[in-house]
Amino acid sequence: MTAFSLDITLFAVKLGLVFFVILTLAAYLVFAERKVLAWVQDRKGPNRVGPFGLLQPLADLIKLLTKEDVVPGGADRWLFYLAPAMAAIPAILIFSVIPFGAPVNIFGRDLPLVVSDLNVGLLFFLALSSIAVYGVAIGGWASNSKYALLGGIRGLAQLISYELSMGLSLVPIVMLSHSFNLADIVAAQKTVPFIVYQPLAFIIFLLSITAECKRIPFDLPEAEGELVAGFHTEYSGMRFGLFFVGEYINIIVLGGLAATFFLGGWHGPLLPPTVWFSLKTLAVAFFFIWMRGTLPRLRYDQLMHLGWKVLTPLALVNILITGWWLALK
Amino acid sequence: MQIVSDIQAILGGFRVTLAHMLRRPVTIQYPEQKRIPYPRFRARIVLTRDPDGGERCVACYLCSAACPVDCISMQADEREDGRRYAAWFRINFSRCIFCGLCAEACPTMAIQMTPDYEICTRDIMDLVYEKEDLLIDGCGKDASYNFYSHAGIGVTQPRGAGLEESKPVDVRSLMP
Ligand code: SF4
Ligand code: SF4
Repeated sequence: MTAFSLDITLFAVKLGLVFFVILTLAAYLVFAERKVLAWVQDRKGPNRVGPFGLLQPLADLIKLLTKEDVVPGGADRWLFYLAPAMAAIPAILIFSVIPFGAPVNIFGRDLPLVVSDLNVGLLFFLALSSIAVYGVAIGGWASNSKYALLGGIRGLAQLISYELSMGLSLVPIVMLSHSFNLADIVAAQKTVPFIVYQPLAFIIFLLSITAECKRIPFDLPEAEGELVAGFHTEYSGMRFGLFFVGEYINIIVLGGLAATFFLGGWHGPLLPPTVWFSLKTLAVAFFFIWMRGTLPRLRYDQLMHLGWKVLTPLALVNILITGWWLALK
Repeated sequence: MQIVSDIQAILGGFRVTLAHMLRRPVTIQYPEQKRIPYPRFRARIVLTRDPDGGERCVACYLCSAACPVDCISMQADEREDGRRYAAWFRINFSRCIFCGLCAEACPTMAIQMTPDYEICTRDIMDLVYEKEDLLIDGCGKDASYNFYSHAGIGVTQPRGAGLEESKPVDVRSLMP
């Protein structure tokens, strides 16, 4: 086998593995969420399909695939078909820049455990998370339904607002690590994770990504109580499933990013690097679920108030303080 | 400061949900684990018999009239000896709301509620119970109660043979 074809094969295997793990993890995150929410409410949660209900995601998948695929009358057919994919694909793509383990050596070759070692990984992430807005907005608009449209508009405004504080909360990270490359950012946290230097940025980032993946308490675009199901009201079957799975992929990816930016990435004592990365990612995901079980939904004006008048100025002040501190050092 | 108490309140919420996460669920795993209802639980309705084995129901239509959803229907008939009974008696359990008003209205304790709550079926027509399905062999609650030992004068017993009755007086013997 030539060196080139070995490279290609290794890359394909890595890609396939990442894809498989992310999709499986997303499906099981749905299951985990249902379980944890059930425990919060003193219930048992799904436990009928398979041992401990572990086959529940499979049953859900079969159910979604066999459901009728309804397109509402007057809907913009092509955009309607396209929107779920636009919501799910950017989420998966973001993962391609996250380093999920220390570089390994296979067949005499250094294999970095990241799909694509981009030198502007952080900017790539910000750009793609802006594209994810289109899935929500277009899905809401193409459905030809009041609720979906309102949900889409809300989603648009919310995601754009919180993009700002999210991006600003990451600037100190770049200042500390002198790089946009996620591998470099992880390398800079070899001894101390950035959460120690940047607790405020971490909190801002955590709140912003909660809003970014439209989760309680920021699930205004879906808001069952007022908008039926928001932007995906009219979706059924696997198209709805794609929105749904996209949301959970988003949680995993954003959890992975929180781990990469603030919790030291795959660095950690004793356990292998990939295990550390998974543990940190799942801890953030668990926090999301826990928060969903705890907090009520914000009002829309409170949401905007928090985003523009609290988080964004705080993030700016944090950048100033970090700059001042770096200049003094 | 407002913000401090706000943050405290939010963290308090997180503490409560965490405590509940670690608590034992209260779920009863239904088909395997059945909860035993109280004796007066109101579910499947039966028609009982008196201690002598006769049907208690006298087809008075009171239960049917009391029923808020009109799910009891019957046809009254009379035996040779003048005792009334229901020629047919039908309860549509797909409409019944198990309020128990029929059992309260019944003067003969014939219609009674039982704690048997597992009567669901796949075919809704199976929920229309006829008299054969409703009638049981026992007396249910108030086992010793026999309507005809208190009433039904001249039908099942001669005058003055009832429990709370005194012998009829011969009016001709009532001389001043
Ligand atoms: S329980 Fe209520 S609803 Fe049911 S038959 Fe009796 S009176 Fe009617
Ligand atoms: S069940 Fe009771 S209330 Fe109903 S018709 Fe018979 S005797 Fe009357």
